[in-house]
Amino acid sequence: MAESGAHSVLRFENVTVSFDGEEVLRSVSFEAFEGESRVILGAAGSGKTVLLKTALGLIRPDSGRVLVFGQDLSKMREAQLFDIRSRIGMLFQESALFDSLNIAENVAYPLLNQKAIRCPKSEVRGRVEQALDFVELGGTLEKFPAELSGGMRRRAAIARAVVTGPPLVLYDSPSAGLDPITAHTIMALLIKERDMAKTTTILVTYRYQDGNLMANFRYNSKQGRLEPARHWDGPLPRTTFMVLREGRLVFEGDQDRMESTADDYISRFCKRRE
Amino acid sequence: MLDLLKEPVLAVQEFVVLAGRAFRNIFRKPHYLDDVILQMDTIGVGSLVVVVLVGLFSGIVMALQMARALAQYGEVEKTGTLVAITLARELGPVLTAIMMAGRNSSGIASELGSMKVTEQIDAMRALGTDPIQKLVTPRLEATCFMLPLLTVIADFVGLFGGWVISVVKLHLTSRLYWNSAWQALEWNDVAQGLIKPLVFAVVVSLIGCFYGLRTTGGTQGVGRSTTQAMVAATIMIFITDVMITEFFVSQGVS
Repeated sequence: MAESGAHSVLRFENVTVSFDGEEVLRSVSFEAFEGESRVILGAAGSGKTVLLKTALGLIRPDSGRVLVFGQDLSKMREAQLFDIRSRIGMLFQESALFDSLNIAENVAYPLLNQKAIRCPKSEVRGRVEQALDFVELGGTLEKFPAELSGGMRRRAAIARAVVTGPPLVLYDSPSAGLDPITAHTIMALLIKERDMAKTTTILVTYRYQDGNLMANFRYNSKQGRLEPARHWDGPLPRTTFMVLREGRLVFEGDQDRMESTADDYISRFCKRRE
Repeated sequence: MLDLLKEPVLAVQEFVVLAGRAFRNIFRKPHYLDDVILQMDTIGVGSLVVVVLVGLFSGIVMALQMARALAQYGEVEKTGTLVAITLARELGPVLTAIMMAGRNSSGIASELGSMKVTEQIDAMRALGTDPIQKLVTPRLEATCFMLPLLTVIADFVGLFGGWVISVVKLHLTSRLYWNSAWQALEWNDVAQGLIKPLVFAVVVSLIGCFYGLRTTGGTQGVGRSTTQAMVAATIMIFITDVMITEFFVSQGVS
């Protein structure tokens, strides 16, 4: 269902991934277009994280093709993958900040190490500060990850994921293990990043309300907070929901279709709509 | 039966691939000099105290034991010779390397293992760095540089320990002790004493990295990798020691 004029950003073609003979992703196919938001729901162990890591080329599929920005990852060597990865931001589930580096060094890491970015050294500090201000963590530059709370670490990791201004951002369970208020703050940051930088967003989560926020809220840059999208008459990013079950893609469609589904497994996710 | 063999064979294959990439990266850009220096400090300077202690006590023990054995032949004044040869050829390199295996193979495995289970290794790849280049090669280089140095220090401290016993307990003159020690050493001993620590350095660092990077299963997995790394490194030190010694002995110049 290609949209007119929109470029394909991420495309899975019958992707199968297995570990030790067990299939973790089974023939998954979908295509995400520029500017789109994708919410991937699934229980623990359904292959959500593996899907994101496959999209980054961190895991190679046993069969099928993964295309990012139209380029086939499966034929690339690790060195070539670095170029593609420099255009993808990734938030890992447990933040994955480097323990041995402070927050400023963590956020500067992609600017200094992604060969394709070529950020002049003199600009690094400014961009790091800008990214940390974006996630409202301005005062923590010299702190180490262990000194921050879970929510702050998650925010620092978001800053690290988006500091290079990637057109595609992948979020692995950004609200997992956080209290509802912090989880909401993190989701607000994700929507802010999506709406201000116009990024294509792939969000993996087990909480339906995260997807609901993605689909129905937008960031109002004038007031600096989220507002229901129905109050907005401009163009809205399209949000597509996907449901994974034991490595299979069992649903793909918009929120209305998802909520009207008769399937027991899928509807279990949407019962918690706020 | 084949299934039982499959895992160790695969592990060896993985290790060889890791070792190959780690060595290849020595000659490839980017070089992370900061990390090399940091690792030299942690691995080398950090091990200094324990290596000095081990060297000292092995020298003392060798002098005590050898003096008793030599007394049977009335050759107590050869104590320096025996202490020097055993230290330079075997005890210095092997004991230092075993201390390094206990301290650094396990340390490296637990550090890289924690990074693996908290997805920091994945993050590193996602953010444009090759973990082998950034983590394994600096540790390999640092250990290869520091372990021979530490071994030389252990040898000298051991000789010093032997000297203390020779003078205080065996009532030999300092001159006699140092002369016999010095004359006992040939180039071959020195070569053996320096090649061994170099090979052991490869074993200690790469086994630590190998077990660290293949860690799975959370914090419990980190503990498991740490132990495995230490045990495997220690065993491999003995195996490679036998091989190198056999090589030097069969050369007929030992």
